[in-house]
Amino acid sequence: MGSNEQTVLQFVPSPASVSARVHPLVIFNICDCYVRRPDQAERVIGTLLGSVLPDGTVDIRNSYAVPHNESSDQVALDIDYHHNMLSSHQKVNPKEVIVGWFSTGRVTGGSALIHEFYSREVSNPVHLTVDTEFRSGNAAIKAFVSVSLSLGDLQLAAQFQEIPLDLRMVEAEQIGFDVLKPTNVDKLPSDLEGMEASMERLLALIDDVYKYVDDVVEGRVAPDNKIGRFISNTVASLPKLSPYAFDKLMNDSLQLGDLKPSKKKYKLIEIRKRTTILETTYFLYLLHPTS
Amino acid sequence: MANTATRSFLQVAATEEATTPLRVVQIEGLVILKIIKHCKEFSPALVTGQLLGLDVGSVLEVTNCFPFPLEMMRCLREVNVDNNTVGWYQSTLFGSFQTVELIETFMNYQENIRRCVCIIYDPSRSNQGVLALKALKLSDSFMELYRSNNFTGEKLREKNLSWVDIFEEIPIKVSNSALVSAFMTELEADTPVSQCDYDRLQLSTSPFLERNVEFLIECMDDLSMEQQKFQFYYRNLSRQQAQQQAWLQKRRAENMARKNAGEEPLPEEDPSNPIFKPIPEPSRLDSFLITNQIANYCNQINGIPDQAIIVAQPGKMEFFGPVGL
Repeated sequence: MGSNEQTVLQFVPSPASVSARVHPLVIFNICDCYVRRPDQAERVIGTLLGSVLPDGTVDIRNSYAVPHNESSDQVALDIDYHHNMLSSHQKVNPKEVIVGWFSTGRVTGGSALIHEFYSREVSNPVHLTVDTEFRSGNAAIKAFVSVSLSLGDLQLAAQFQEIPLDLRMVEAEQIGFDVLKPTNVDKLPSDLEGMEASMERLLALIDDVYKYVDDVVEGRVAPDNKIGRFISNTVASLPKLSPYAFDKLMNDSLQLGDLKPSKKKYKLIEIRKRTTILETTYFLYLLHPTS
Repeated sequence: MANTATRSFLQVAATEEATTPLRVVQIEGLVILKIIKHCKEFSPALVTGQLLGLDVGSVLEVTNCFPFPLEMMRCLREVNVDNNTVGWYQSTLFGSFQTVELIETFMNYQENIRRCVCIIYDPSRSNQGVLALKALKLSDSFMELYRSNNFTGEKLREKNLSWVDIFEEIPIKVSNSALVSAFMTELEADTPVSQCDYDRLQLSTSPFLERNVEFLIECMDDLSMEQQKFQFYYRNLSRQQAQQQAWLQKRRAENMARKNAGEEPLPEEDPSNPIFKPIPEPSRLDSFLITNQIANYCNQINGIPDQAIIVAQPGKMEFFGPVGL
């Protein structure tokens, strides 16, 4: 030992700032595969597809299950199936490559073997676990990379190191959770119904702001300068118009005078909606964390 | 029916054969996400894919889907995915999907599977916070007519079929497995506003409106082309009829003369004469489809007043963009 003093105990590769992002489709697909798993199977595993973004984030965009057999000390993976499926996916979207693999449940002894297989397919694969049994009491979705502990050139062990996982679901948000959350939705929201739901949420938000301001004014809540400035900026970003000028602007641009009374009523409803939008859009933009 | 309780699944399946009309298409959230992913990634190119699922009574369940190519279907079967084709999906731009090709694809599918739907997704509308999914099928009466390939005015009147009767829209239901539902509830705590709300409140609808009107104008041009075809046909037809009348009168006069002269009368028809050759009536299918598209654009434009208000006056159309802040 004395002759080799340079030897250090280290993790290879060092658990650098690798992170992963997972798209809602992947979660949906894994859940579906789990629900449809074969009779005796404890868990399902499969391949994750996606790409590595320029900043090193692993973007997991797609997945498919791979049939497998697991006994106490060995794992048999249907490699032909895996390759067939991969080539089919790549015909559709060549930009999506293997980035790792998923498994339901948690990391188990067999995981190391499967991880080794995927390491041959792609360097440094990501291992995603989805706790479909809710064993920890909540919906735990975790991402791991493998780091090996080595002493000099000698590899001692491998370890699954958890990496940060971004679960923000912008795609799902765009569709609306009204459709994706419940087990049963009788009807897709039409344009107007969707608008109505949004407006209701908006009005509730405005009420919240009103309530907060009132509470502060009445001394019920301790004032927060940050929020105060926020609200003040928001209000200031709307041009100050007298109600008369506002009405005139609206009427002029809408040419209400030319309309039949029945249509006028409809249009006035539209305008009310519109003015609420004008008032509230700015609130929203300011409240949105990204802006 | 005393033995209802003891009927086996097979028996139920057999009795279900008496076709109940298709009332609802039930889609899994997974399928919606898959369709959207595929359509969005390739937008503005239009893509298609296959829908898999089960046909249960009056409900058509769509439980999975995949983008073409087809060999993926064989693979999906191995992981217990329902592998019956129940139709296909395709993306569209501004809802311009009513084409002859769509009808042809429908007829092809219909030959192989009893019941099929086409799910149309419009990615251009998703950034307005609208989930533009539609399930369509061809109406039975239209299919019958299409098989005989006879779209003459007479036939259409006889069947009482107009442009609205070509496609039937089927209401869509969405279902998610309890597992997915639990995950979504857990992962996404109720936020006061979501991306969907921001998208809906976008005030800049003018590009959408402009494109719609552009397409609408194109359709109007196409429709007037179709009308010209008909005018041409009717002009030819009336000219031919006049010629036939003239020929007939001449022949009758001739026959009268022959009769007087004691000769055999000539036949009053002459199939070899070109003026008796029937002129083919142009098919109404195209104009029906164009009318369908026009209706579609009009509906979309009609839906806009929430964000930009259109005031249509006789003789001219004026568009008001959103009021500037």
